[in-house]
Amino acid sequence: MSAIAVEGLVKRWDGHAAVDGVSFTVPDNSLTVLLGPSGCGKSTILRLIAGLETASAGQVTIGGRDVTGLDPAKRGVSMVFQSYALFPHLTVAENILFGLKVRRVAKADRARRLETAARMVGLDGLLDRKPASLSGGQRQRVALARTIVAEQPVCLMDEPLSNLDAKLRAEMRDEIRRLQRALGLTMVYVTHDQTEAMTMADAVVLLNAGRIEQQGPPPMLYERPATAFAARFIGQPPMNLLRGPTPGTLTGVRPEDVMLNGDGRPARVEALDYLGAETLLRLSLDGEEIIARAPGRGAPQPGETVRVAWPAEAEHLFEDTGIRRDGGEP
Amino acid sequence: MRHVIGWLLLTPAAILLIAFTYWPIGATVADSLFSRGNPIRPSRFIGLENYALMADDPIFWQVLWNNALFALGTIPASIALALMMALMVNRALPGRALARMAFFTPTILPMIAVANIWLFFYTPDIGLIDQIAGLIGLPGHNWLGDPDTVLGAIIVMTVWKEAGFFMIFYLAALQTIPPELWEAARLEGAARWTYFRRILFPLLMPTTLFVLINAILNSFKLVDHLFILTKGGPDNASNLLLYYIFETAFSFFDTTYAATLTVVLLLVLAVLSLVQYVVLDKRIHYR
Ligand SMILES: Nc1ncnc2c1ncn2[C@@H]1O[C@H](COP(=O)(O)OP(=O)(O)O)[C@@H](O)[C@H]1O
Ligand SMILES: [Mg+2]
Repeated sequence: MSAIAVEGLVKRWDGHAAVDGVSFTVPDNSLTVLLGPSGCGKSTILRLIAGLETASAGQVTIGGRDVTGLDPAKRGVSMVFQSYALFPHLTVAENILFGLKVRRVAKADRARRLETAARMVGLDGLLDRKPASLSGGQRQRVALARTIVAEQPVCLMDEPLSNLDAKLRAEMRDEIRRLQRALGLTMVYVTHDQTEAMTMADAVVLLNAGRIEQQGPPPMLYERPATAFAARFIGQPPMNLLRGPTPGTLTGVRPEDVMLNGDGRPARVEALDYLGAETLLRLSLDGEEIIARAPGRGAPQPGETVRVAWPAEAEHLFEDTGIRRDGGEP
Repeated sequence: MRHVIGWLLLTPAAILLIAFTYWPIGATVADSLFSRGNPIRPSRFIGLENYALMADDPIFWQVLWNNALFALGTIPASIALALMMALMVNRALPGRALARMAFFTPTILPMIAVANIWLFFYTPDIGLIDQIAGLIGLPGHNWLGDPDTVLGAIIVMTVWKEAGFFMIFYLAALQTIPPELWEAARLEGAARWTYFRRILFPLLMPTTLFVLINAILNSFKLVDHLFILTKGGPDNASNLLLYYIFETAFSFFDTTYAATLTVVLLLVLAVLSLVQYVVLDKRIHYR
């Protein structure tokens, strides 16, 4: 009913394509994350869906309706900005209700929606405050409440958590996911943080330099990365990429698949990253760096030599152009 | 000990303020209570007689009225124009830098130079305005010589000069307003005008207050152009309070009456600033 389809979308600025032929669909009532490094065109795609930018080519449909040239206010979308875009001179309640007043929603209806939204995001008692007197997390909640009262079927979020500290970020991640399910929203969520993407998404669209590297549900991206870029971008620490086995190819191995016991090739421990539950070993294997996971305690010390091996089925083979050899879906 | 140092630190500023502000004000008030001295009859204390004289002086009431009209004619118009120009050149348009410079140019010209330019516009028959009017068959008009049009002509010129200056402050304020506010409002269905009325204008209020104070002070302080264009005439039709003070003091050499008029000017300015700070401050959002 409010599924989004993006077809061959292009956005050029002075000849340079920030978005270069992007197609994907977001099923009704699901959460799709646009993931990629800074500058890869995530925000631009989101703004093209919202109608805040005009496409150079391509098409956007929402709920089967072509909205490519439509006024942003008529697309049935609400948006949460990275900076929250709260109006500094209005109170929390006025901020939340701004859109409803503009759209001339009846007063009783406004009050009802405000109350529901404030309760959902935990803003009771703060409604008379100005944004300047709120914490980052509370401002974020005001921005969420604003999209809730709008009651639009589609919600777009541009790095909404990047201004929050790590603990709050984890909390808000759950909360946004809960809201999306509870309200049945069709959501496009932009982030450069692969943890956010992996934990929240029904589907991830991984972008690089304005093009899609791979799209699919998080486990698919993790288990069958379609390109060397996807392999390195998803997973923390990233996948090891080693030259070989034949010239012009790369072999990828996840750090957790590197086994340290038994026999294998000798590697020198260069450094340790102690993380508590586990320790990351940075090894030098025939002059190439490779990371392995080891238990938190009792890991080998720098300078020691260990033997590393991995099961053949844990190997991911890539051409040196970055494309997966056994044909992962792009 | 602490407050001794405090007073010491305050002293240089206090000395300057007293020497160049409060002492002259006190002296002016004192002067206004004395009669005009001449070689035969020296100046003597006459109490409020000068003020009574002023109340009966029709020219005083006329310049006060002129000044009120001048303020009403220049202040809202120059502020509105400044805001409009700032909104215009704040957008990403081709030739934006050029437009900004064009709007700002009148500001960097001295008032005397501006007056000379406008003298060329207003000159009867050969002036720019009459020449253009002549092209479409309208008769010439002596804009500065006609008591009915002279104040209007001076108001137009002053607005032209002031708007560019105020535009700079609006432009600076507009640049601090994040563009997402407009985008957020737009997604909610707000038209440009709604956004302006409900969001942009309230956020610009501190700037408007600042500009308003400047505009009001200027409407009493700016008289340079009168020296070039009209000398307050014809028949005092374009005379303003400060120019009348100047005339009284340095053309008629009536320094005590000039002091009396100055006290009135000071009172007017003091009351206006008080009203602005007390009344408007309460209704303005400061971030
Ligand atoms: N208004 C604009 N004018 C010119 N170039 C832009 C504009 N907005 C974005 N870009 C360029 O488009 C590319 C993608 O930007 P963006 O979508 O913001 O990336 P992301 O959100 O993934 O960090 C960047 O190279 C950026 O410089
Ligand atoms: Mg971005």
